[in-house]
Amino acid sequence: MNHATLAAEFVRNRPRAHWHDTALWFVRAKRDKAVHSLPEWETLRETASAIKLHTISHLAEYLEQFERQATALGATVHWACDAAEHNQIVLDILRQHGVKKLVKSKSMLTEECHLNPYLERHGIEVTDTDLGERIVQLDRKPPSHIVMPAIHMKKEEIGELFHKHLQSAAGATDPQYLAEVARQHLRHKFMEADAGLTGVNFAVAETGGFVVCTNEGNADLGVSLPKLHIACMGIEKLIPRAKDLGVFLRLLARSATGQPITAYSSHFHGPRLGGELHIVIVDNGRSQLLASGEFRGSLKCIRCGACMNTCPVYRRSGGHSYENTVPGPIGSILAPARDPQHYYSLPYACSLCGSCTDVCPVKIDIHHQLLTWRRELAVHGHLPWTKRFSMKLASIVLRTTWLYGLMGNMGRWALRNFPRWLVYNRLNAWGRQRELPPAPRRSFRQLYQEHYGRTTTAGTSPQPGGNSVGDSQSSTSRH
Amino acid sequence: MAEPQPPEHRRSREEILSAIRSHQPPGTELPTLEHQWITYVDRPAQFAKVLTEIGGQWVRVPDAAAAHSALGEIPAYREAKQIISRVLGIGNSNVDLTNISDPHALEPIDFAVLSGEFGVAENAAIWVTDRNLPLRALYFIVQHLALVLPAGEIVDNMHQAYERLKFNRAEFGAFIAGPSKTADIEQSLVIGAHGSRSLTVFCVG
Ligand code: SF4
Repeated sequence: MNHATLAAEFVRNRPRAHWHDTALWFVRAKRDKAVHSLPEWETLRETASAIKLHTISHLAEYLEQFERQATALGATVHWACDAAEHNQIVLDILRQHGVKKLVKSKSMLTEECHLNPYLERHGIEVTDTDLGERIVQLDRKPPSHIVMPAIHMKKEEIGELFHKHLQSAAGATDPQYLAEVARQHLRHKFMEADAGLTGVNFAVAETGGFVVCTNEGNADLGVSLPKLHIACMGIEKLIPRAKDLGVFLRLLARSATGQPITAYSSHFHGPRLGGELHIVIVDNGRSQLLASGEFRGSLKCIRCGACMNTCPVYRRSGGHSYENTVPGPIGSILAPARDPQHYYSLPYACSLCGSCTDVCPVKIDIHHQLLTWRRELAVHGHLPWTKRFSMKLASIVLRTTWLYGLMGNMGRWALRNFPRWLVYNRLNAWGRQRELPPAPRRSFRQLYQEHYGRTTTAGTSPQPGGNSVGDSQSSTSRH
Repeated sequence: MAEPQPPEHRRSREEILSAIRSHQPPGTELPTLEHQWITYVDRPAQFAKVLTEIGGQWVRVPDAAAAHSALGEIPAYREAKQIISRVLGIGNSNVDLTNISDPHALEPIDFAVLSGEFGVAENAAIWVTDRNLPLRALYFIVQHLALVLPAGEIVDNMHQAYERLKFNRAEFGAFIAGPSKTADIEQSLVIGAHGSRSLTVFCVG
C-alpha cells in the first residue's frame, strides 16, 4: 500500500476533505475544553504513563494474576497467539453453545483479527451494534476511525444506506430520525442474539475484572440479554489495580470526545447468574513490540483517538488511506511493526508537527517514534527504489561541492526557461500539490560572495558552499 | 488456576508468557495515586451542572415523598404503561420483578426507578450494581430511567470513587452518566441510542 496514493484519492474531492478536516477539529476543540477544566491534567497523564510503563515491565506476572482472579470469579480465560487462533477460539465457544446470532460491541481487536468475515463464513450472523460500526458494516467498509467509525460519511449517504437496508424513508437525512431507525433495528438484534461479544478497555490484574466504555449502552444490552458473554482483549489492556481505573477513566473520554466520562463505564467481574463469561487474551504481534526499546512505548496506547483528531495529515487524508485497523499517528507506528514491507509509507504520512504527542493522554512520544521508523525502514531497505535512488543521488550531489553548484545553476535556469509541462510532470513529486517559488537568477553562494566575499580579509576563503550544503540538506532530505 | 483447555491453547498461553518474559523491559515503579485531586465547594451543584450538560435531568428534593410527587410531573413517567420501581416510596410499580427470570421479558418496560449507590461530582457519574437486582439488563433496556441518589453520597472525583469500591466477588457494576447517546451520524448528538432515552437523577436530602 502507499499512503500518499490513497490519500490523493481522498483529497481530490476538496469540499469533502475540508468537511472531514473540520469535523475532526471540532472534536479536538471539545477535547481541549474538557482538558482545561482539570488543573491536574498533566499529573494525570504522567501517572497514566507511569502505570502503563510499570505494567509493561511486569506484564507476564500481571497477566497470570488476572487469569487467576478472573477464573476465581467464574470466568474462563483463553489465550491466542495470533488472529487465526483468536477467531478459532471464538468460533469454538459459539459452536459449543449452538450460537447462530451474535451481537458485538465495538472492538478494534476483532476488527484487527477480521473476526466478522470469518464467523460469517462459518454460518454465524454477526451484528455490530455500535451505531457507527453498524453503519460501516452495512456499507461493507472498515471503520475509518477507532472512536468514530463512520466519521467519513455524510448523513445523506447514511440515509441512503438505511433506506436500502433498514427500510427508512427515502431521502431522509435527519440524524435524530436515522438514529431512531437504527435503535429499533438494533433492539431487535439484541433481542434475538444468542451471545454477546465485547472488547475490553481496561482489564484489572488485581481483581480479574474488566471495564468496557460506551456511550450507547450497546455493550451492556448485548451481554445482559443472552447468557453467553465473550470478551476479547489484547495483552496490553492490563492495569495493575482497580484504583488505577480512576486515572484512566478520567483521561479516556475527555481525550476521545471531550466528554467528562462515557455514559456507561461497565465493570464486569465474573459471569452473570446462570451465564458464562469467556475472556480471550490475544497477543497477535504485541509481545514482539515489547522487544523493541524504541517502539515498546506504543503499547501504552488506550485507543482514545485523540492523536487522529489532531493530526493534520489524518484529518486531510481520511482513515481509509492508512489501510489499517488503527489509522492515524499511532496506527502508523503499530502497522509497520507488524508488516514493514507493506506499511513502509505510513511513517512518512507525518509532518512531524508533534501535535499527537501533545494530546496523547499516556504520553507516548508518537512523532519521535515515527521519525525513528523512517530510519529503521531505510536501514532495513524497505523503501521503494524511487526513494532509495533519489536519496543516493541527493547524497552524492550534496557531498560534491562542484556538482552541487552545477546542479544549482542548471536547476535555476531550467525552472526559469523550461515550459510548464516539463517542470510540473509526474517525475516532479514536489510540484504535485504546490507551485515552486520563482527561481532566482543567482545562487546564495554568488550573492554571498558579492556582499561579503570581497570585504573579507584576503587569504581567508569564505565557505558559503559548505554552509549552504548544510542548509539545503535539511530541506532536501525530506524528499 | 484456569480451567483445563484444549492442549494447543494451553501451549499458546506458555508461548505468549515466555515471549513476554524474554522481552520484558527492566522494571519501573508503580506510582502511588496520592495527589491533591480536584475538589468542589458544592458537590451537588457541580454534579447538577455536569449532568445537565451531558443531557440528564437533575431534580433536587428534600425527601422521598417530594421525589415521588416530582416524578409524577415527568411526562415520560405519566405516559409510561409499564413501570418498575425498586426504591421505597418513589413511583408506582406495576410490574412484578419476582416473576421475571428472563431479561428479555423486560423489553416492554417504559420507566424504571432504581437506586444509585453514590455519585461523582466531577463527571456526574452514578455507581450502580446488580447486588440487589438480579437482572442488570434493567438499567439498559428500559425506555426511561430515574436514579435516586442521596445528596450526602456525592464524592468529588474518580479517585475517591474507587476508594469506596471493593471488587471481591462476582458482581456487575457500572458508572452511568446521563442517558444513552450517540454522535455517529455527522457528529450530531442524538439522545437515546440503545439504552434509556432519558435519565433523571433525584438527589434526595
Ligand atoms: S496514541 Fe495516545 S492519543 Fe493516540 S489513540 Fe493511543 S492513547 Fe490516544
